[in-house]
Amino acid sequence: MTKERKELAVAALRCGTVIDHIPADVLFKAVKILGIEKMTTNVTIGNNLSSHRQGKKGIIKVADVEFPDDVLNRIALIAPHANINIIRDFEVVKKFPIALPDEITGIVRCGNPKCITNNEPMRTRFTVIDRDDVTIRCHYCGQNVKSGDAIID
Amino acid sequence: MHTGNHPTNFLSDMNSNSLVSIDDISRDEILDLIERARYFEEHPNHKILDGKVVATLFFEPSTRTRLSFETAVNRLGGRVIGFSDASTSSSSKGETLKDTIKMVSNYVDLIIMRHYLEGAARYATEVTDVPVINAGDGANQHPSQTMLDLYSISKTQGRLNDLTITMVGDLKYGRTVHSLLMALRYFNPTFHFVACEELRMPKEYRDFCDANGIRYFEHTDFSPEVINATDILYMTRVQRERFADIMEYERVKDLYTLRADMLTDSKPNLRVLHPLPRVNEIDQDVDDTPKAYYFDQARNGLYARQAIICKALGIDIYKEAAL
Repeated sequence: MTKERKELAVAALRCGTVIDHIPADVLFKAVKILGIEKMTTNVTIGNNLSSHRQGKKGIIKVADVEFPDDVLNRIALIAPHANINIIRDFEVVKKFPIALPDEITGIVRCGNPKCITNNEPMRTRFTVIDRDDVTIRCHYCGQNVKSGDAIID
Repeated sequence: MHTGNHPTNFLSDMNSNSLVSIDDISRDEILDLIERARYFEEHPNHKILDGKVVATLFFEPSTRTRLSFETAVNRLGGRVIGFSDASTSSSSKGETLKDTIKMVSNYVDLIIMRHYLEGAARYATEVTDVPVINAGDGANQHPSQTMLDLYSISKTQGRLNDLTITMVGDLKYGRTVHSLLMALRYFNPTFHFVACEELRMPKEYRDFCDANGIRYFEHTDFSPEVINATDILYMTRVQRERFADIMEYERVKDLYTLRADMLTDSKPNLRVLHPLPRVNEIDQDVDDTPKAYYFDQARNGLYARQAIICKALGIDIYKEAAL
């Protein structure tokens, strides 16, 4: 019964992208990172939905938009187990897990107030140094941060 | 006007001759720089920078480092422009670092910079194709200090491999001990870390030792057993402002002071190093022992910096010497 309803909800999107299995507590961070606030197409955001895997999860559906991989992968930092579904003509044509890129530019703010990136008009740049617990290192000042503690701009 | 003759590399990482962090250079490059430093110790006034202009941009004052770099350029026959304090540069008017670097890049062949912000030198390499030497960026990196430490170790011990190195004092905040530890990973060292609990070697660096198979032992006592097993005794200053509890500072401040009598039974090849300035962590009576090396160490900074400058400019000193 639940499964049927879920499929129906996904199928209700004619074309676009469904991002599923986002941890409920970072859903709105994901919305921000993907720039969804500025989009003009239909957007459906659900949160605190029950999930066997996660307990509570969030989901984002965006009509008529297929994000480039590098944009989608940016949310890997906060939602490393999220899934992407690409919908065309009511069909899921592609389904894949998020992949954490080796380098993350311009999303995360460095937590070190003495880092050059917090004092110059420039983009931040981080290297992923531990994929298991999602730890990143500032390319400039060398400070490490765990994804859960990362300040997302 | 552009002075030209910059080492160019058209790949995206165009600034490959720069020296920002000691981690950027390989074992072979370290050994090569030591050989070059040795050459300059024998030929300190070799004028191979004729016609070159070097900028020393000190956004934060550091007289010792600046004088050492400027002496190096002068002895090599180059010319120096720059400033020794951000208040005399246009950054005091709100100019970005990027703009300052781009402007100076029009005039010079090499930029030597010190900045109070961490990552400043790395960023500078991304906005110019003029090579950049990092002369210290906040608490982050100071690779020429590490090179002069390595040169001093190599010179006094005749090798870098298989040495026992004891680091004493502030191992938590001491930038020089962290960089030296990382650079020595290529040379099979044994470390003794002597510090109070509050200034203990951070976990990140202990993990680094574990990951690289480096032996290390931690001590809170600055004992004769440790000193007598040591080849290089690297002393650092314990600073009052590092302590949350001033009583704790008062308790430990004299525990890590080296006196001449503590060296009585030490190995004949032991040498005492210190990045300077020292306050009271090395007693004045140590200065008169043949094991005190910190003033010679500072002089080695000149040769190490001459080597770094020539490498950054892509100058083959041996070829130049043969001409």
